[in-house]
Amino acid sequence: MIELRGLHKSFGQNNVLAGVDLSIERGKSMVIIGGSGTGKSVLLKSILGLITPDQGQILVDGQDVTQADRDAFLARFGMLFQGGALFDSLPVWQNIAFRLMRGSLKRPKDEARDIAIEKLRRVGLKSDVADRFPAELSGGMQKRVSLARAIAAEPEIIFFDEPTTGLDPIMSGVINDLIREIVVDMGATAMTITHDMTSVRTIADDIAMLHAGRIQWTGPVGDMDQSGDRYIDQFINGRAEGPIEAIR
Amino acid sequence: MTGALGALGSAVLAMLASIGRVVIFAANTVKHLALHPFYPREFFQALVQIGWLSLPVVGLTAFFTGGALALQIYAGGARFSAEAVVPSIVAIGMVRELGPVLGGLMVAARVASSIAAEIGTMKVTEQIDALVTLSTDPMKYLTLPRVLAATLSLPILVAVGDAIGIFGGFLVGVNRLDFNSAAYLKNTVDFLETADVVSGMVKGAVFGFIVALMGCYHGMNSGRGAQGVGRATKSAVVAASVLILGANYILTEVFFTS
Ligand SMILES: Nc1ncnc2c1ncn2[C@@H]1O[C@H](COP(=O)(O)OP(=O)(O)OP(=O)(O)O)[C@@H](O)[C@H]1O
Ligand SMILES: [Mg+2]
Repeated sequence: MIELRGLHKSFGQNNVLAGVDLSIERGKSMVIIGGSGTGKSVLLKSILGLITPDQGQILVDGQDVTQADRDAFLARFGMLFQGGALFDSLPVWQNIAFRLMRGSLKRPKDEARDIAIEKLRRVGLKSDVADRFPAELSGGMQKRVSLARAIAAEPEIIFFDEPTTGLDPIMSGVINDLIREIVVDMGATAMTITHDMTSVRTIADDIAMLHAGRIQWTGPVGDMDQSGDRYIDQFINGRAEGPIEAIR
Repeated sequence: MTGALGALGSAVLAMLASIGRVVIFAANTVKHLALHPFYPREFFQALVQIGWLSLPVVGLTAFFTGGALALQIYAGGARFSAEAVVPSIVAIGMVRELGPVLGGLMVAARVASSIAAEIGTMKVTEQIDALVTLSTDPMKYLTLPRVLAATLSLPILVAVGDAIGIFGGFLVGVNRLDFNSAAYLKNTVDFLETADVVSGMVKGAVFGFIVALMGCYHGMNSGRGAQGVGRATKSAVVAASVLILGANYILTEVFFTS
């Protein structure tokens, strides 16, 4: 279980997170929605310790993350970065198998490669992509390779930052199903950021909406349409008129 | 007046703060030398990139410098009929001073910039963050292999550069200045001491450390976007070059008095 308590983060004058409280149950899929620039990516990076919050606490299974052993802590996580963040000096398969080739999860090269190719298949890519370099792939292909890397070591907790952005509708469907499958079959805990409402409805058990530095609304995905919250209504129906300013 | 003093004060403070950060970064790098794990593949790649691929540029620089040095010393020596010193001064000048300094500066231009641009781009595209989440310490995976490779390969580059520089001087001496080739070589070998060569190679090691450290430091602290990477690259080359020249004076002072 992941618990955030009173998380604050500013960059200079820019108050991005202003007291975020949220909890994510083990084995559940939480989807974070919210306007562009509201700090969704910052939120995920704070949990991973890539950004140090100014204030507040992050607990994973009851333990404060700042007290946890970093290596053991990170070994439980997988992350798909918004921009892919593939290592462009390494071929695709070595990107995917990065974790399987070093450290505590190290295994023979052939085995790591086989796993990488299997993960490629799961994100809808053929094995001939394995030996190409990230720069030779299209944006959507890079995103999927990055997704394959995030799930390669079968982590307990997986963060997906906009997994379907830049994909065609069919591929989006494949990826949504994959994320759902990872949560249901592997029992992983997932946190997904997305702007795609179809994704939200396929992936989510629960959703949370980030607005003005706080969680505006959180609850089961089934309650989303009858939340009675004007902000969430405006957001999920994509209306220009409403309490959320269009110019931010 | 107070405004100007205040500005001066804060500039000095900012400079001291950045010196502090560089020192901490350097100490961190050295500390990781003793800590598990070590990434041999990254180390050998860095060795090829930094050591092997710098050979042509260092060699050419040394060759032309040795030749020019021979001409200059001949012209200078002729003023008090001391043309005969050409071989020994070319050798000593190359080995003790010009080999390491020019080699270091050429490597700074070639390597500090490419390291800073590469690591800076990785930083900007979140690849460094991705490394961390994949349980890999960027200091170990990126910085240490490069710094170690540069520190170990620069002395060898310097030694090769010395030999090529002396050869350049020899060619000019024999072909343009009518030295007898056997006498030129004998003069070179007789005057050169082991300490000369070793002191030059020690300089090379220090310069190598500086070059890779500056590349990594500025890359890791790169600002956002293409502009951030551009600035990091420029800062890395400038800082490496200035530090090389400063360190060169200090090292020369140390070797001179001892
Ligand atoms: N390293 C940083 N330095 C300074 N400001 C930052 C940094 N990272 C994020 N920000 C700022 O924090 C705010 C939130 O950024 P974030 O990337 O979390 O947005 P987001 O909600 O993920 O938006 P999007 O949906 O467009 O990806 C933005 O205003 C951004 O400029
Ligand atoms: Mg984002």
